[in-house]
Amino acid sequence: MFEILKKRKLADKIWLMDIEARRIAEKCLPGEFLIVKIDQEGERIPLTVCDYDREKGTVTIVFQEVGASTYRMADLKEGDFFMDVVGPLGNASDLTKLDPEKLKNMSILYVAGGVGTAPVYPQIKWLKEHGVIADAVEGAKNKDLVIMEDEMRAVLGDHLYMMTDDGSYGHKGMVTEGIKDLVQNQGKHYDICVAIGPMIMMKFVCLLTKELNIPTVVSMNPIMVDGTGMCGACRIHVGDEVKFACVDGPEFDGHLVNFDEAMSRSRMYKTEEGRAFLKIQEGNSHHGGCGECGGDR
Amino acid sequence: MEVDMLKKVPVHEQDPAARARNFEEVCEGYTKEEAMAEASRCLGCKKPLCVSGCPVSIHIPEFISAAKQGNFEEAARILAESSSLPAVCGRVCPQEKQCESKCIRGIKGEAVSIGKLERFVADWAREHHVDLSKTEPANGKKVAVVGAGPAGLTCAGDLAKKGYDVTIFEALHEPGGVLVYGIPEFRLPKDKVVAEEVENVKKLGVKIETDTIIGKTVTIDELKEKEGFQAFFIGSGAGLPMFMGIPGETASGVFSANEFLTRNNLMKAFREDYDTPIHSGKKVVVVGGGNVAMDAARTALRLGSEVHVVYRRSEKELPARAEEVHHAKEEGIQFDLLRNPVEILTDDKGWVKGIRVIKMELGEPDASGRRKPVPVEGSEYEIECDTVIMSLGTTPNPLIGNTTKGLELNKKKCIVADEEKGQTSREGIFAGGDAVTGAATVILAMGAGKAAARGIDEYLSGK
Repeated sequence: MFEILKKRKLADKIWLMDIEARRIAEKCLPGEFLIVKIDQEGERIPLTVCDYDREKGTVTIVFQEVGASTYRMADLKEGDFFMDVVGPLGNASDLTKLDPEKLKNMSILYVAGGVGTAPVYPQIKWLKEHGVIADAVEGAKNKDLVIMEDEMRAVLGDHLYMMTDDGSYGHKGMVTEGIKDLVQNQGKHYDICVAIGPMIMMKFVCLLTKELNIPTVVSMNPIMVDGTGMCGACRIHVGDEVKFACVDGPEFDGHLVNFDEAMSRSRMYKTEEGRAFLKIQEGNSHHGGCGECGGDR
Repeated sequence: MEVDMLKKVPVHEQDPAARARNFEEVCEGYTKEEAMAEASRCLGCKKPLCVSGCPVSIHIPEFISAAKQGNFEEAARILAESSSLPAVCGRVCPQEKQCESKCIRGIKGEAVSIGKLERFVADWAREHHVDLSKTEPANGKKVAVVGAGPAGLTCAGDLAKKGYDVTIFEALHEPGGVLVYGIPEFRLPKDKVVAEEVENVKKLGVKIETDTIIGKTVTIDELKEKEGFQAFFIGSGAGLPMFMGIPGETASGVFSANEFLTRNNLMKAFREDYDTPIHSGKKVVVVGGGNVAMDAARTALRLGSEVHVVYRRSEKELPARAEEVHHAKEEGIQFDLLRNPVEILTDDKGWVKGIRVIKMELGEPDASGRRKPVPVEGSEYEIECDTVIMSLGTTPNPLIGNTTKGLELNKKKCIVADEEKGQTSREGIFAGGDAVTGAATVILAMGAGKAAARGIDEYLSGK
């Protein structure tokens, strides 16, 4: 059992939790992920590490309510427990493995979209601890969905370029507009770009950075079950090769990832999940007929 | 009860039409009277060949003799001397290729139903709460076991009986390994059988830490240096699924048998009250002919799908147990034999819409001794389907090999360990089961766990 020591609402349906998990907190690095399971009936949910405190023995997760288990997770309170937390899984970000001297001379651009801001945070924090201040473009749909700005700002200061799709906060437009502004208008040069967010965002960032000739790393978050290489649900095409995001990733060369296939695969269980979700929301009152869930078939 | 000495006492099974729609156990097992009647068929050979056919050398004539007299408690004790998981083995061992294949009764008629008798005795002992947890006094020596599957549970159980302080580290959230994620409920009930057998191992004093991935959460060297473990057994299994490398394999609706079975068995997707989803379409094609393929096919059938098994050789070469193939056919699984997939076809949304196969014929025997399937040119055709399950075997997980310095692996990424005692290239580290052999059976893994327990005992008591 793993106790929730802190819970905070970041935006509508987006939550942050600090969970006590000593062995993981001692080990984990930016880029790796965890799997949490709320209780006996819960699904195994993979979530990228969003922060860790080696002394307190805690790891931080950020999740959005999207299915039956995450919906129930949102109801947990401080002092409640996850039945299972396992990790760290996957590989740490390549930047953490670079020669520190080489790293210091690098100019790095982060692109964070929506909930993807959470896994970007430990990376920029780690880099700062190693003497590098990265630039970051953070994007959200609108002002209400901007998350972790204070934390990001505390690390990056004015290196944070905030934007919203509707212009309700920061600059107006998609994150790609922000990248263009930095590179084309402000004349910035980047050795590497790291983009983490919804797959559709990562896809368009990669199309742009390819044009701009900036090597780009993306963090993939496909469907998984065990997270240790056993189920193969997370397989994606990277160039001609099939990779398992859990053991070969989750970070990959974004210019080689087949995003269209990955997006299609990530929608695989939409109907089944919708059914489970409706069951929770409507309980026994839902007997199909909505035409969506198949409950009447 | 009258017994035909040439034939096995028949065992009750759920009606095929009914069981094709539920996840209850197929085989219902013997009653007490039937078990005693079947036991009376055993000749009690002085030189029992059956024992030589058993990877864990169960004293078969002795336990059957006790069962014949209705002394099931004694029978259970005899089983416990050699096996920590008799209720599992009685259900999933390929007895027809092991103990029963050597039975003298089998020359003229049918072999004694050793497996069903083992199952009956183990079930009886569980239902009658027979305490089999006899252990030697604690010796204070700490042993770590990696993986709570058949190999790890056996090794841990044997060492605990000898007084060692054993902790099993399990990557998943539940102990059991392939017994919980791989083998379905209808062949091996999880709560009734697996959980109870795990409980029996715990009663011997074994501790189990779930959610702990050796090589990631903590390494073998850290356990040795920081937590005082003196010897290790690696029984991490062969968990990585293989694919064919044909076009369309990453389409939506294509699953590894591992994923499909893990969702259903470990995550209990077939139950309404669990959150994990599973997709089993209108028409499912399972590729492969092993026990895992049969398990996946019969699971898909129970989830309401029409199921076809596509296998590249003929029925005779199917690697699955004869009983599983028989059950699958009874339930309505269709076998498209001598067919090999060449491409998975997808619709404009990236979903499976069919599978293109080529007909095969059998040529000369290959390295495995089986006749090699050869494609028949120009014989390709399409099978319409919306789900494909790939069941082509598995390979060991490289995690431990990659994070344990000096541990020798072979070309197939299997850990190199000697057969007799499981000794690896590193002192104090032993290994066995699928992690060493590649995908094999539950009972062979148990045999390896047993052998390694002897190796570890010798190593630590010699210290």
